[in-house]
Amino acid sequence: MSEDVVALSAAQAAERVRAGELSARELFEVYRDRSASDELGVYLWVAEEAPEVVSDAPLGGVPLAVKDLFCTKDVPSTSGSRILAGYTPPYTATAVENLVRAGAAMVGKTNMDEFAMGSSNENSAYGPVRNPWDTSRVPGGSSGGSAAAVAAGLAPWAIGTDTGGSIRQPAALCGIVGLKPTYGSVSRYGMIAFASSLDQCGPLTRDVTDAALLYRHMVGRDDCDSTSLQHPEEIRLPSSESLEGLRFGVPPALLGEGIEPGVREVFDATVARVEELGGLVEEVDLPSATHGLSAYYVIAPAEASANLARYDGVRYGLRSGNGDLTSMYEETRHDGFGAEVKRRIMIGTYALSSGYYDAYYGRAQRVRTKIAEDFREAFERVDLILTPTSPTVAFELGARTKDPLAMYMSDFLTVPMSLAGLPAISIPGGLSDGLPVGIQLAGPAFSENRIMEAAYALEQSIGFEGVPR
Amino acid sequence: MTDFEPVIGLEIHVQLKTRTKMFCGCELSFGAPPNTHTCPVCLGHPGTLPVTNAEAVHFGLMIAMALDCTVAPRSIFHRKNYFYPDLPKGYQISQYDIPLGREGRLGDVRIHRVHLEEDAAKLVHAGSSGRMHTAEASVVDFNRGGTPLVEIVSEPDIRTAHQAGDWLRLLRATLKRIGVSDVNMEEGSLRCDANISIRPAGDSNFGVKTELKNMNSFRFIERGIEAEVARQESILRDGGQVVQETLHFDPSTGAITSLRSKEEAHDYRYFPEPDLVPIAPTEAMLERAREALPELPAARAERFERDLGLTAGTAKLLAFRGELGDFFEDALGADGQVEPATLANWVTVELVPRLGDADPQESKVEPRALARLVELVSAKTISQSAGKTVLDVLAAEGGDPERIVQERSLAMAGGDELEGIVERALEANPKAVEELKGGKAKAIGAIVGFAMRETKGRADGGEVNRIVREKLGL
Amino acid sequence: MIDREQVLHVAKLARLRLSEEEVERMSEELSTILEHVERINELDLEGVEPTSHVIDVENVLRPDEPRPCLPREVALANAPDATDEGFRVPSPGG
Ligand SMILES: [Mg+2]
Ligand SMILES: [Zn+2]
Repeated sequence: MSEDVVALSAAQAAERVRAGELSARELFEVYRDRSASDELGVYLWVAEEAPEVVSDAPLGGVPLAVKDLFCTKDVPSTSGSRILAGYTPPYTATAVENLVRAGAAMVGKTNMDEFAMGSSNENSAYGPVRNPWDTSRVPGGSSGGSAAAVAAGLAPWAIGTDTGGSIRQPAALCGIVGLKPTYGSVSRYGMIAFASSLDQCGPLTRDVTDAALLYRHMVGRDDCDSTSLQHPEEIRLPSSESLEGLRFGVPPALLGEGIEPGVREVFDATVARVEELGGLVEEVDLPSATHGLSAYYVIAPAEASANLARYDGVRYGLRSGNGDLTSMYEETRHDGFGAEVKRRIMIGTYALSSGYYDAYYGRAQRVRTKIAEDFREAFERVDLILTPTSPTVAFELGARTKDPLAMYMSDFLTVPMSLAGLPAISIPGGLSDGLPVGIQLAGPAFSENRIMEAAYALEQSIGFEGVPR
Repeated sequence: MTDFEPVIGLEIHVQLKTRTKMFCGCELSFGAPPNTHTCPVCLGHPGTLPVTNAEAVHFGLMIAMALDCTVAPRSIFHRKNYFYPDLPKGYQISQYDIPLGREGRLGDVRIHRVHLEEDAAKLVHAGSSGRMHTAEASVVDFNRGGTPLVEIVSEPDIRTAHQAGDWLRLLRATLKRIGVSDVNMEEGSLRCDANISIRPAGDSNFGVKTELKNMNSFRFIERGIEAEVARQESILRDGGQVVQETLHFDPSTGAITSLRSKEEAHDYRYFPEPDLVPIAPTEAMLERAREALPELPAARAERFERDLGLTAGTAKLLAFRGELGDFFEDALGADGQVEPATLANWVTVELVPRLGDADPQESKVEPRALARLVELVSAKTISQSAGKTVLDVLAAEGGDPERIVQERSLAMAGGDELEGIVERALEANPKAVEELKGGKAKAIGAIVGFAMRETKGRADGGEVNRIVREKLGL
Repeated sequence: MIDREQVLHVAKLARLRLSEEEVERMSEELSTILEHVERINELDLEGVEPTSHVIDVENVLRPDEPRPCLPREVALANAPDATDEGFRVPSPGG
């Protein structure tokens, strides 16, 4: 029976458990065993035994993979960094706690780019993750472990975090669904911070229904996060099969030369499908969005440079040095951080330093205002914006590690929404040369229901076979 | 030789008396065992987030208002980035370009700004470490880390060390009065740094300033400033130049030493704290702060002087020690007959030395009892010195002054008793009687003194005088 | 162009020791990245307010009510070097 239950979506599995047709414990064991024999480098920690779950809880004890960026009490939480090797937090992140309360059973902690900095999962201190569609290729990042786990059936579903595309891009590269919710709709408390004004967690799932179900139990205002907000709507499970009357905006500014032909093809086919389903497609102007990446690569490193200052060898994590204070700081951080993290700390520190603040950080924050205004205007004319998620399909391991800028381009299509704090989903649109292509749907703040209804209608129509190999 | 004029500005950090820390729910503590008042937030654990304490904002608003500041309609927090073992996040959350309050005034000194921030932890020297053979070790105690602070920065309006001390006393009294802090310098709930420069008298430009750090008593502040002004003068007189630096004053030796080397210039890389949202005081928040403000010491001293006819010194003494002022006003209200200036003298001259630093409200002397006692003295029912005796009893045991007078027979001697005593005094001092008759007025002292001794101070000197003169027909 | 001196200065601010090779590489990479980032200068940002928060809320305040603290052994459990009472660090200036 074990392989049968793996074929179930998470929502289906939860229903079976709740109906008494499936044992939560057995389900957990199946996934636990699969996780323990993971050969993709997905997991950094796997649970030894099933936690107690109430089987009539909404999530029915369905196992959940959690990105290692979430603090989980007494369970190693490294954020993919050597500097947090062996760190076991004294508390659990609110989002994880919410899900556990709803009946999720944490099966493992997933690999990731160190401190969520990366688009390929090659920046993990604990080795890369491989893409289950082609193990010579990257799964995307930074939630690459979570995405690969779901795609490979090593977890029914997972949570990850998205700062500039870190849920959507790996979801796209692994052929699964990834939702980056509205900034503030899910608590950030317990998420090891990368860039505080951008970080947002969300679900990585096999289909849109699973994403809606998981998100429904993550949302909520949290007293521990001053920037969290109550979602104004109940999160619904999508059911619409039509796009009748929905207006879709396609921004030509974002669809220039960087887009691979194979990706372009799948995207054009999707646009045609949207129209077949009754959607209205028109071009929208997002004149500042092309500068999103530049603004992002100032703002995110700047905030990161402060967020990562706490890794000093005093209270937790690694300590190096020869016993004097300066060497404790400098050696601990030299030994503990990987190359990409150091690069971003350097950029961020530089951008905030005396004499450069206005030219970099100040300007980037103004670009951010412009981008948010662009979206506001666009959403007066259209309901949703449609783009590919990633300019390319999954690339070979090592292909971009020598060229940071090329790597950063992976986020070109996802970063603008992050800067504006908007929700966006990536769903599989089809294959290009046997590799998945993601389609991104973005909407105004708190329009997750609308986004997921549209995504669901598209998903039903596309009928993507989400099984690699 | 040119005369120099000191230009002094003060920066004061005040620990607020909230129940919990600035950004987490840990209870504030003083003297608790190390690291027993911490949580993931104030230890700076990964993933934790700050949430602002409403009461700290309330106290901040009260301070801004008490210092006559303009309250910012919308103020924000910044991160101030630097590394130190007592700073768990690698940055301090503080206000920067938009503080809670600005452009205020207290007494004769303008206030530049008032802002909210969090305190650092405490670093305790631990001697040589067992594990690290190479260097000395310290131990960090995070109990204090995250305590709410208000930083008050004055304009450089102060010209002498003495003025600095006086102004700081007024500030301390004001903060104490509004109940937002313990303002205890030894315990560190009030900390003061001074920015000091000097310039040729009459010049309107500023000289190079130095920053004198963390002086923990009023006396040290005055002495420290004096020493630094003298140091700068001697540098300039020798044709040298003052270097901008941070200095430490050692009160035991009077020496001033540099704390940080110049080349390590600070670059705090301030930027808006993304984990917190702006503070935009609502009308209700402002109203609540306004209503929580009692009459402030400066205004109170003025009222005491103007309406009650107290001398400036007495008025200040009562107003700056709010609890004394309260006791004084309670006593005044309890007995409508008593004369305010007389009562004030009894409070400041007689009561204070009997109480020391103790709060008069906690003492055994009831305000009404003191008023009654002063009344008895004024009505000459008892003598001044008997009054002091009664106050001794009140301070030791409490009670009712009239009863004490009765029980201890302290009422003024008079009538036949006093007549008789004066008779005896005249008999016992024949020489003085002769001199007095001969026109030497001073000689009466010996006779009156005898009578006072006989009555153990219960006689009124004036009355004895009168009887003596009557009996001798003078 | 970010030169060697600047790299070393920024690394000092960030308390990062960089190996000789890292300094070389950083100087090149940072220059390339910042050059790209400087494309934002093409935008007319005259009169545009900076955005540091995408959410529009104010006065998120917490009541002044104590919450339980960590037991000391839990607070110290992750410390790389601790005494029974606190976090041991090299003395500043020591
Ligand atoms: Mg300060
Ligand atoms: Zn705390």
